[in-house]
Amino acid sequence: MKTNILIVGVGGQGTLLASVLLGNLALEDGYDVKLSEVHGMSQRGGSVVTHVKISDEKVGAPLIEEGEADIILAFEQLEAYRWLPWLKEGGSLYVNVQQILPMPVVLGDAPWPENLEEALKQRAGKVKAFNALEIAEECGSDKAVNVVLLGAAARDLPFSEEAWMRVISEKVKGNFVEMNKFAFQRGQQA
Amino acid sequence: MSEKNRQIMLGNEAFARGAWEAGVTVVSSYPGTPSTEVTEAAAKYDEIHAEWAPNEKVGVETAMGASLGGARALSCMKHVGLNVAADPFYTAAYTGVNGGFVLLVADDNGCHSSQNEQDSRYHGRSAGVPILEPADAQECKDYIRLAYDISEKYDTVVLLRSNTRISHSRGIVELGERTEREIIPYEKNVNKYVAMPAMARKLHVAQEERLAQIAADSCEWDINDVQMGDESIGIITSGIAYQYAKDALPDVSFLKLGIVNPLPKALIRDFASNVGKLYVIEEGDPFIEEQIRSWGIPVTGGKDMFTIQGEYSANMIREAFGEDPAEHDVDVSDAPGRPPLLCAGCPHRGLFHVLSKKKTRVFGDIGCYTLSALPPTSSMDTTLCMGASIGMAHGFEWATGSKENTVAVLGDSTFLHSGITGLINMSYNGSKGTVIILDNRITGMTGHQQNPASGKNAKGEPAPAVDLKELCQACGVKHVVEVDPFELEEVERIVEEETSRDELSVIITKRPCAMIVKQPGIPMVVTDRCRNCRMCMKIGCPAIEIKDGRPIVVPERCVGCGLCARVCPFDAIESTGKEEK
Repeated sequence: MKTNILIVGVGGQGTLLASVLLGNLALEDGYDVKLSEVHGMSQRGGSVVTHVKISDEKVGAPLIEEGEADIILAFEQLEAYRWLPWLKEGGSLYVNVQQILPMPVVLGDAPWPENLEEALKQRAGKVKAFNALEIAEECGSDKAVNVVLLGAAARDLPFSEEAWMRVISEKVKGNFVEMNKFAFQRGQQA
Repeated sequence: MSEKNRQIMLGNEAFARGAWEAGVTVVSSYPGTPSTEVTEAAAKYDEIHAEWAPNEKVGVETAMGASLGGARALSCMKHVGLNVAADPFYTAAYTGVNGGFVLLVADDNGCHSSQNEQDSRYHGRSAGVPILEPADAQECKDYIRLAYDISEKYDTVVLLRSNTRISHSRGIVELGERTEREIIPYEKNVNKYVAMPAMARKLHVAQEERLAQIAADSCEWDINDVQMGDESIGIITSGIAYQYAKDALPDVSFLKLGIVNPLPKALIRDFASNVGKLYVIEEGDPFIEEQIRSWGIPVTGGKDMFTIQGEYSANMIREAFGEDPAEHDVDVSDAPGRPPLLCAGCPHRGLFHVLSKKKTRVFGDIGCYTLSALPPTSSMDTTLCMGASIGMAHGFEWATGSKENTVAVLGDSTFLHSGITGLINMSYNGSKGTVIILDNRITGMTGHQQNPASGKNAKGEPAPAVDLKELCQACGVKHVVEVDPFELEEVERIVEEETSRDELSVIITKRPCAMIVKQPGIPMVVTDRCRNCRMCMKIGCPAIEIKDGRPIVVPERCVGCGLCARVCPFDAIESTGKEEK
């Protein structure tokens, strides 16, 4: 068993929690796992990516190569597009349809890619594009986008419902546990 | 081993855990990506005194003092920080230690958060200390423990070299127990600890001898791992490059080096003689390769196959060995870049809006505010190194004879790190320039560490705060003005006044970082009074976008700081008065 998951978004969107949850689920189920993340300057509203590699064998390099991601969780559409070459042929793409315009687009120095949505559909074996932000807000906080996306992707991952609930209880701050559990379940239904 | 003894840890957390297990009691560092989390994690252990020093030089000197005092000590920094600490480091490499002393340096291959890609291994070799290089989180923990044993056994500082991908990757780490250590009693020894010329000459001889001893002994160490496979190809590698090479070429023979200075020469010769073609795969400069070639050992491929720049990947190595590149039927080359930005609510935005408007020449520095060099403010002329803004503005003034519409700009932590000496120089050597200190009460870019002006220490306990105004005055600056950077008219007036003044001046902009104080959280909205002049676009706020040809405020990204309303000439932006979830 080898599952490579790329989590992409914009600095400040909370991509880190998703990878921490995945890493701990893998650890509990006896897999090897490596995660690689972005700190520092790029966190300030830049493009951010976290690599999650889970395997029943030893994981070597912490980075997923182009064409090797089984799943991409995208917190934003342009970032889904940017990282599309990393998706395996026939891989699954879960994308929050939110669009955050980068400064070059805002300033009119660069256009938004015309064929973005079409390219996402063509490349991925399975695309689940939905408004995870709206669901998260309905659950109580826009910060829950990560758990909504994880809920949606859970069907492609080898972890039980109980394991998900346990890891959310353990790794999410006290007051937010129930909200995140609810957001996860809403993601599963999405 | 029970479940709890295996944890997912960041490389940097594993370093801290390893230091704790090795019995370390003193850590003194300056924050710098990608090294920062080691000291943050160390500060959480009760047994460790962990502190933020004002700069890396002080950190190394503190750790050296702790070592002499008989404790195991650690100092952590990013690669460029080692330049600052080079002075004590190079001579501590002569004197040796009492308690174990490890200097942890994290390079930044790929310049994720740095101004250069310098290879710290050269510093270690030039100073003459052993360098260990781990390749994953478990090794981060294991190698730092080993580094303390080596430090004490051979009486030497040990350089532990990490980089962004090692420090900022998480992996499963098996935890161990802490070994409590007795303090090693200090004994006065002027021949060892007073590096005057007569002593230093002898210390240099001793240093050469211990390096030769380590080069011989390390041929037997487990951290230098010979993995024989297909013997027609042999690869010598270390650190993160090992992971990429092993993924790319799982069947060939490997010598994975855990120590890269001094190189275990006999082991390398032996490995080279047992394989057909020898390759050296190392990220960064040809540090291992050039030494091996200098011994007359033929190397089939090194930097002629693999780049000096950036990070490696398994695919890159596969392609260098003749595999066809992976084919892509997807072209995303039209994806616009997403450069980082100052955060919504950032206090720096007000000042840089004014400097941009006034077309002021800005000698910049290292911190979040370096981002104001990018559009739309584009209000920075230079960025060199910590504290350089002040020295460069001073030199520029002497070269051109003018200080007109020119400022040096740096943050509070950067000022205390190494800007203060530049200001003393300006005062002493007759500058009439203007320095702006961005006082946001924290060290921002590295993730909000405390500093000597923030009023708290690394453990979060209350600490005396340096009064920046009084400090500048004590340096001989007569004109020191404080201003809220969001009071735009006042900022503009003061910048005008101080840059026109025929005397040295300092402006301190005071407003806390938007990430450390609660923001109003009530989003702004662009009303129908908007005449689409786009003045609000000039501040480069991540919450303002163009929709259907007009600026809008995106409520979930707006923190309600209200700077956009202050720049709007038509009072068209106002608060919604409604809190955003």
